[in-house]
Parts: sequence; structure tokens; C-alpha cells
Amino acid sequence: MNFLLMTVLVAFRVLGRHRLRSVLTMLGIIIGVGAVIAMVSIGEGAKAAVQAQIASFGTNVITILPGATTTTGVRTGHGGAVTLTISDMEELKKIPGVTDVGWARRDVTQVVHENKNWFTTINGVTTGYLVIRGWSTVSGDFFTPTDNDTAAKVVLIGNTVIENLFGPGEDPVGATIRIKNIPFKVVGTLIAKGYDTRGSDQDDVVFIPFNTAERKVMGTKFLGSIGAGFMSAESPEQMSQIVEEIKRILRQRHKLRSGQDDDFTVRNQLDIAKVQEGTSESMKLLLLAVASISLLVGGIGIMNILLVSVTERTREIGIRMAVGAKRRHILLQFLVEAVVLSTLGGLIGIGMGVAGANVASNIAGWPTIISSEILVIAFGFSALVGVFFGLYPANKASRLNPIEALRYE
Amino acid sequence: MSLIICRALVKTYRMGEMEVHALRGVSLKIDAGELVAVMGASGSGKSTLMNILGCLDIPTRGTYALDGIDISTLSGGRLAEIRNSKIGFVFQSFNLIARTTARENVQLPLFYRGLPSREQKALALRALARVGLADRERHHPAQLSGGQQQRVAIARALVTNPPIILADEPTGNLDSQASQEIMGTLTALNAEGITIILVTHEPDVARYARRIIMMKDGVILSDRRNEGVAVAQTVPSEAGV
Repeated sequence: MNFLLMTVLVAFRVLGRHRLRSVLTMLGIIIGVGAVIAMVSIGEGAKAAVQAQIASFGTNVITILPGATTTTGVRTGHGGAVTLTISDMEELKKIPGVTDVGWARRDVTQVVHENKNWFTTINGVTTGYLVIRGWSTVSGDFFTPTDNDTAAKVVLIGNTVIENLFGPGEDPVGATIRIKNIPFKVVGTLIAKGYDTRGSDQDDVVFIPFNTAERKVMGTKFLGSIGAGFMSAESPEQMSQIVEEIKRILRQRHKLRSGQDDDFTVRNQLDIAKVQEGTSESMKLLLLAVASISLLVGGIGIMNILLVSVTERTREIGIRMAVGAKRRHILLQFLVEAVVLSTLGGLIGIGMGVAGANVASNIAGWPTIISSEILVIAFGFSALVGVFFGLYPANKASRLNPIEALRYE
Repeated sequence: MSLIICRALVKTYRMGEMEVHALRGVSLKIDAGELVAVMGASGSGKSTLMNILGCLDIPTRGTYALDGIDISTLSGGRLAEIRNSKIGFVFQSFNLIARTTARENVQLPLFYRGLPSREQKALALRALARVGLADRERHHPAQLSGGQQQRVAIARALVTNPPIILADEPTGNLDSQASQEIMGTLTALNAEGITIILVTHEPDVARYARRIIMMKDGVILSDRRNEGVAVAQTVPSEAGV
């Protein structure tokens, strides 16, 4: 241990003698590690932002949309056909692993509060929908299943709508707003969710009970038809199985013959997440390639300078051997020099990478996450590069013949 | 018992197609406390003999026992240990490590022995004092004269308290004044009981030895006592040699 410590001190001194040379040698590692740290931090930041968006949709959500094909063969787009009904959803609720079921209809219309008005999306929803989509209230409460059964004129309003209908400091709960000239009592204000993965404002929304929407606001061609169905699963693992079961039950209930297209579309939240994971996977591979190439180049630089150093110090090696250094002592000495070079380069690179990530977040405004994990990995790899590329020169030094080394000019 | 016993040492090098017979059967005994000069022209095999006696090389055939240890069969690692504990080297070109202080140069053998650094320093300072250079511990080789550098090298050879010092042309790079000083230091150490083997081609240096071995073409030509041993001027030393 004492020997190792002394060797490290000697290595620092030897490298300190050739400061410029040492820094130039480390440059490859510095740039490589710095670039990887900065890119990973920016990548992780972006990934976390996307994940937060995905999570804002709710957890383990399965969406069922009616359409796109009607019995006449006209393809109308999602929701164009009235093929999905409340009784379908009631039936799907019985699938094992399903925790909640909810449904919704939407319409875009004007809402009015006193002298202010705002065009927004009106969603007629069940309380199940609110739970599945992970909504909660800032003040007030959700409307109840009873409110739905009785088609009560109550409303929950989103953050963007509040900002546009109410003045600052005004408490919307208990106020009355008019939707299509019908007065609704505000029973709760919703938490802000921000933008979704497609960039639309999730807070520009009001929720009223589904039955109220169907019977008093939107009207319907076919009682009990819904705009979209939502279900949540107990765990992500069950989701694809539940999706298969939904398809089987709906095809049966809609009396579709085999060979006929589905008259509904089932979307699995995991599939959206998978696309995101796919892009971050390829991003990771790209980073890995950049990192390996720069570490390889940096490592070769270290090996090169160490070979020069071994030649320069042949006589010193001979002297050390003459006074009793064993092969492993010489091997260790040069290996330690290589590792000191590479880890020092790694540390400087980490510093530069962190600084670069900070610049990116402060100046460009990108979200960055610097995980301690990546710092440890970067440090570990730079040490490994030192060992790997130091081994050959160190071994060469340790195999020198002491007599020839002493005579070397 | 003799400190060094060599029997029929043969050393053959291969240089490409050619075989070079550096030693062709050298038998030799050296007792503890002797001061022996090995002389001969270049190519006589004296350097090869020196390398083998110094455990830097092993003979092709023959046996070499140092202090009762059979050297001819040892591994590289064991040879390094023997060099560290039994032998101090003094070279013609001093062979100090550049840009490293005198004291650190002297410490080097102790470093490989794995002594605690405090102990290394204390022993190195004592060895420097023995050669009269206690006040030069922080000097780099480049800041010292040739004679001083060689005395640092002698201190390095001494620091492990070896029974033998091997000096290969120790005065070859020095002027006559410095040569005399170095020979004075070496003879003084011999007087303390350290066996010293000098390799030289200078009769001026060899005359300090009590025994002179002449080599030619890889064999010992003559091995005689030196009747007229020169007395060297001794170097005053702070530690009281």
C-alpha cells in the first residue's frame, strides 16, 4: 500500500515535469468524457421531460376509440361512427386486471363567466375518466357519480380556462359559468398538467358529467354512444393481454365476422412510451459509439506517450532494476502513470461536461439532468482506459534487460 | 567460507548467427573483506563477469554461490531481491536518476525494499553523511560535480548495508583529484569490512586493491596479490567514517 502510494506520488511528479505533454495526452480523454457527459445530461433531461408528458396522461391507460369504419364501408376517421357505447364499456369493466373504466365525449364551444368568454374543449366525462387520467383538484372536489346520474349542471375547470375567465385572486369554486347559455356551478379547479406529447394544452379544458353533456349540452344521435373509452390496468405487464381481451369482446359484441375490420381502435399508452424509448435507445447507441471512439483515441494517445516515456527512461529503468526493482514494480510504475493520466483526464472531462450541461440549460434553456451514475461510469471507464492502454508500454518496460537498459544512451 | 564462489562460469551470447563466448570457464573465490580489482582490456569478459557477480545476469553454465546462495538457478524476482540486499552498484557514469534529489536517489533501494518512508529518509541521510554529502541532500545530480555525483552513487550502494560493493570503472568519468577521493571513500569502506570488487582497466585504480585479477578472452590470466598497495587520501566525513 505504501509502495502504491509512493508510486502514485512519483507518477504525479514525472507527469508534472512534462506538463504540456501530459495535458495534450489527456486531451483525447478530456474531450471524449466531456462530450459524453454533456450529451448524456441533455439527453436525460429531454427524456425526463418526455416521460413527464407521458405520465401526465395517466398511468397504464388504454384508450378505445370508435370508428373508423362504419357498416357502410365509409371510413370516417376516429369517432366518426357511433359504434362504442356505455354498455360496451360496462362489459369491458369485467376483464380481470382492469382497475377503472371511464368514458368521455367532447365538443369545442364557448364558455362565459360574467363579461369574459373563452373557446375551449368541453368534455363530458365520468368520474372514472378523471381517475384514470390522473386528474386531481387544487380546490373543490370532483363531481360525484350521483351528479352524473342526475345530469347535474356542475363543472370542473382547467388552469388555462381559469386564467382566461377569472381575474387574479378570484376563487372560481362556487362561481357560475355559462356553457351554451346553460348555467353551471364550478365545483372544483384542476391541477395544471402542461402540454401533452403532441403539444396541445391539457389545461385548456372543462369537465362536466357525461350524462349532463349528452342530455343537456351536446345532444346525441344515439343514446349511450361515447366519444372515447378509457381503462386503466393494474400493471403495465397486463396491458397487452387486456388489449387483446378488449378486441375479442368488442368484436363479439359488435357481431363482426372474421375478416371484417375492427369498428374501433384500441390504443395502449405503453406503445407511445415504447416509441419514445426507441428513440432514446438509438440516442444511447450513438452516444456509446462517440464515447468508445473518443476513449479509444484518448487511450491510444496515452499509449503512444507512454512508449516514448519508456524509451526516454530506459536507463532509469535499468538503474531501478539494478538496485532491486522487480518486474512488477516497473510494470506498476508505468501502469500507475497511465492511470493517473487517464483518470485525471476523466476528471477534467467530467468537470467540462458538467459545465457544458450547465451552459446548455442556462443559456439554451434545455432541461438537463446530471446523474451521479454517469459521472461514476465516466470516471471508471477513463481509469479502465488507462489500465488497458498502459499495459502494453508498462509490460514492455518491465521486460527490459537490466544490463542493456543500463548501457542505453 | 568464501563470500563468492564461482566454478567454471561460462557465458555465451548469441548475436545473430554468431556465438560470442564472453566467459570460457572462470573459477574464482573471494573472501569477505577483500578489495579485489578485476582488470583486462575491453572484450576480455570482465564486464560479463561483473554482471554475473552482480546478479544482473546468470551464467550459461557453471555455478555461482553468493553468501551461500546458489545464484545460477534463481528467477528474475529472486535475483532482484539479492541485488537489493547483498550488492551495491557503483557505475562509471554514476547512473543517478535525473531531476531527483540526492537523498531520493539514495533512498531508491529502500523504496523497493518497502520500508516506511520515514525510515528510508533517515537511512538515506546517514548514508549521505558517510560519504560526506549530508549537506547536499536536496541537490539534483545536475547541481553536483562528478565526484559528488559518484559519492551519491556510493551512498546509494551503501544504504542497504550490503556485504559487497561492485564498482564498474568508478573513476572512469572523473579527473584525477576526484578519482583519488572516490578511491579514498571506497578503501575506507573496505576498511570497515565491506567487500569491494573493482572493475577497471586503469592500473592507477587497480593499485589500491590488495588482489588483482587479470582477464583475457574470457578466462583468468593471472590472480595475484598486490604487494605495493597504494594508500589513498581519505575524505573527511561528518559521520566519522
